[in-house]
Amino acid sequence: MNRLLMAALLCLGIALSAQANDAKPLAEDPAVEARLQVIAEEVRCLVCQNESLAASQADLANDLRREIRAQIRQGRTDAEIMDFLVSRYGDFVRYRPPFNVTTGLLWLGPFAALLAGLGGLILFLRRRRGVVAPTALTDDERRKAAALLDGTD
Amino acid sequence: MKRFLIPLGLFLVLAVFLGIGLNRDPREVPSPLIGKPAPAFSLPTLGAPGKTFGPQDMRGRVWVLNVWASWCVACREEHPVLVEFAKRGVVPIVGLDYKDQPAAAQGWLARLGNPYVLSVLDTDGRVGIDYGVYGVPETYVIDKAGIIRFKQIGPVTAEVLKTKMLPMIQELQR
Repeated sequence: MNRLLMAALLCLGIALSAQANDAKPLAEDPAVEARLQVIAEEVRCLVCQNESLAASQADLANDLRREIRAQIRQGRTDAEIMDFLVSRYGDFVRYRPPFNVTTGLLWLGPFAALLAGLGGLILFLRRRRGVVAPTALTDDERRKAAALLDGTD
Repeated sequence: MKRFLIPLGLFLVLAVFLGIGLNRDPREVPSPLIGKPAPAFSLPTLGAPGKTFGPQDMRGRVWVLNVWASWCVACREEHPVLVEFAKRGVVPIVGLDYKDQPAAAQGWLARLGNPYVLSVLDTDGRVGIDYGVYGVPETYVIDKAGIIRFKQIGPVTAEVLKTKMLPMIQELQR
């Protein structure tokens, strides 16, 4: 009986925790919140670097969300707000960094590594072909093979 | 034997890169503000009601802006270095008291010493955002024309002061 009660309580707990939601938007205007969400998903929180600005509960993240909200109300475009953030915190705040001189290696590096790998593979295969040259069968071997194939050995 | 040299070499290169990566502080993000004018502000001064201060007041002088707060643990570690540095009178150090209670801040300075010519109150952290502050303490070296030349993220240590900040300050003061 006791166990059953415990199980029931546990289920209730799970059901309730499933109700738990993301942090409630602080402002009422759903349009502003929607835009804030889109921008904040793209921006890294610098205090806890593996979290987006949308997910972070750090103090600075709260401040920045408040700032972005204010700028949205002032009628700034998303690009302007992104520029505002990048000019203060650098390209590092963007989860999708722009392609420029400093990020060139970041964007092209994987492709360069892939090309180098392919080149190495081709070189390796070419060289190996030279080492084990296909040799013709001798008459004796041919006869043996034929016998094996016929199954009359 | 020779066939192992190439993988071994590749491994060593990889190990060196990963080793460098491990030893770098991911919190140290290069600031885009280096070489840009210090963002303007006008904030009330700690302990002097009615008085305001802004970077424009420092035109023609090399100065240091240090972001601190009484709640900030690393600031306490940094503080003796700044107090010592201020005694030498090389440059004026201005404090930006970031998201702090004025009373707590004043108590902190009274207890630990005050290296600042003055401190301004950034109560809501708005100026902090303009300066790209994300980890207090942060320290900026600003030149005579009001351009940010150097930024230290995290505590200024005696070593940072000696090897990075002082040579730069002396260069800028010339």
